[in-house]
Amino acid sequence: MTEVYRPVGGRLLTRQFYFMGFLALIAGYFIIRRFIFGIGDVSHLSDGYPWGMWITYDVVTGTAIACGGYAMALLVYVFNRGQFHPIIRVALLTSVFGYTLAGISIVIDVGRYWQLYNVFLPQYANLNSVMLEVALCVTLYTLVLWIEFSPAILEAMKANRLLRQLRHVLFFFIGLGILLPTMHQSSLGSLLIIAGYKVHPLWLTNIIPLLFLITAIAMGYGMVVFESLYASVNLKRELETDMLSRIGAVIPWLLILYLVLRIGDLAMTGNLVALTRPGPEPFLFAAEMALFLFAIVTLLNRKLRERPTVLFWSALAVVLAGALYRFDAFMIAYNPGAGWHYFPGVGEMLITLGIVAIEVMAYLFFVKKTPILAMHRPHPA
Amino acid sequence: MNIDRRDFFKVVFAGAATALTAPTAQARPPKELSPDAVGILYDATLCIGCKVCEVECKAANAMPMSHDTPLEQAHGVSGLWDSGNDLNSQNLNKIKIYANGTAEVKDRELDGYSFVKRNCMHCVDPNCVSACPVSALTKDPVTGAVTYNPEACIGCRYCQLACPFNIPKFEYDKAFPKIVKCEMCSERLAEGDIPACCDACPTGASLFGRVSDLLNEGHRRLTFQPSERQEYPVRRLDGGETRTAEVATYYPKIYGETETGGTQSLLMAAVPFEKLGLPALGDESRAQLSETIQHTLYHGMMAPTVLLGGLVYAAYRHTHEDREETSGDQDRPQDGEGRGHD
Repeated sequence: MTEVYRPVGGRLLTRQFYFMGFLALIAGYFIIRRFIFGIGDVSHLSDGYPWGMWITYDVVTGTAIACGGYAMALLVYVFNRGQFHPIIRVALLTSVFGYTLAGISIVIDVGRYWQLYNVFLPQYANLNSVMLEVALCVTLYTLVLWIEFSPAILEAMKANRLLRQLRHVLFFFIGLGILLPTMHQSSLGSLLIIAGYKVHPLWLTNIIPLLFLITAIAMGYGMVVFESLYASVNLKRELETDMLSRIGAVIPWLLILYLVLRIGDLAMTGNLVALTRPGPEPFLFAAEMALFLFAIVTLLNRKLRERPTVLFWSALAVVLAGALYRFDAFMIAYNPGAGWHYFPGVGEMLITLGIVAIEVMAYLFFVKKTPILAMHRPHPA
Repeated sequence: MNIDRRDFFKVVFAGAATALTAPTAQARPPKELSPDAVGILYDATLCIGCKVCEVECKAANAMPMSHDTPLEQAHGVSGLWDSGNDLNSQNLNKIKIYANGTAEVKDRELDGYSFVKRNCMHCVDPNCVSACPVSALTKDPVTGAVTYNPEACIGCRYCQLACPFNIPKFEYDKAFPKIVKCEMCSERLAEGDIPACCDACPTGASLFGRVSDLLNEGHRRLTFQPSERQEYPVRRLDGGETRTAEVATYYPKIYGETETGGTQSLLMAAVPFEKLGLPALGDESRAQLSETIQHTLYHGMMAPTVLLGGLVYAAYRHTHEDREETSGDQDRPQDGEGRGHD
């Protein structure tokens, strides 16, 4: 490929960076409390709501947002859209930290973290468990992401020999790095199948793996566009509107497919009548639909999606729509029965916030210190 | 946008292979009840709410006392009452009460009340066993008791999400927590004993026996006429110990006979089971559906392997410049690649 990657340079320890560090420190305090006094000390998790903010945001939503690397690899290596290659590295950067921090938050969330390695021991493996598939696949993919991302680090370290050797085998990890998210992003949805009636009928469906997969890919593209525009403005770089709008053009087709499948399935199973039930769920469903439709309408229109502000808000809408879909399914519209309520605790939310802050800090560090962002890109014909 | 035709067909081929290998997997059949499976038949119409089953359950399982801080503060004492008001990580077995209106008459839905015993249902096809990634929850192939192995458990709490009865409890207040649930006193069963709750019950409301026999006993009771006097076995079905009691009007159903593929804890009552906090469930377990979908997608890892082959091949073809760039590789750039052209 012709593009050249360069560190952005500039001061790392800005006021924003210190603020992020402060948020991380607060999270650190609550994480220490969690390990000394137990999960109940910092969270509002309960026997009725065993999964809350940490699983719903950090793992289920966080890894979907981190699907940029996966979504771009699909476009570049499977559909051979080489012109998007310059953006792959920065997409991988958000993926690598999205997944790594999801892994860290799993260590915080699981009760018996010191036995987590049991998921890798064959004598304990339960091949019927959707959770086992997710756990193995996410762990393996996080490793694959680091390997895919390592050329940037090796270039910064000037480890040229290693880099050359790596380039010869990288194609295998790229292939594996497309397969694994296909598997676990769909399985993250499948996790809910066994919960049955606890999941609201507007979200519970046998095609949930497919719906989660499609939205994860769409969110990956959305995040690449959103993050690139946001970073360009904040790092005072030229906007890559041309390339980004062409990535954005892929999104509406994914979302249309998703909406046809989702609404078609609700109609066929008769669960569409759940929209007439009292409660907040029909409104949450409508909010998801509004966000998805907004993104479809704006991104289908070439004139609109070539305007940076429209592109920015549309990309954000895709990410928010997919996030709300996951929050609804796992948390808000999840109802284990009478007498159970859940709203995340202060410590619980601050831990999540701190993890996001660490992601942003890591992003800034790598973008400024290692060759991530492309300086030159071939002019699209 | 014109996608390279060959690449497009590759993807279509991989997709088709994924779809075609899938239907070879069959729907997972429902799990069968072991012929020697044992269980507990709880008859709410016989229960007098004495809670001796709770006391003996705690003693048999060495469970700590539950504290109710506001209650203890109000009375200025601590440790006097074991006052948990529902199943939790300190209570494996709980007698609860349904009360309606004036709650005058026992075993009546309107202006009446009923007891209900809650504990693990020991499902024939348990969701928790299917969900657990590390086989910490297993079902005994003979007795059918669902037991827990803390050495395996990672504390992910997927079992809690999966259980339709919200039975597995977790020690949220501990630094080194465990999942806690009724294991049908498996250690006592192994010694030929019966679960502590059944052993303790003075009225036969909690009755131990083989599940098939318990179901026969349940159906026998459903044929009783209200207010006639009948013989009821006490403690264990085959123990010969009985007592005579007046028959209440049964709600015409044994809860657990079919629910979620059948359960080994069975319940009878005069009040509809939904009123007693037992969910209305279909006849198939969600585990069956979940495993069918998962094993259809991952049957023999065939579809993922085929897909991986296609993806690695595609990635190999589309990264040859990267390999050439650094090594002067002999790979001739292939024609008709259409790279980077719109």
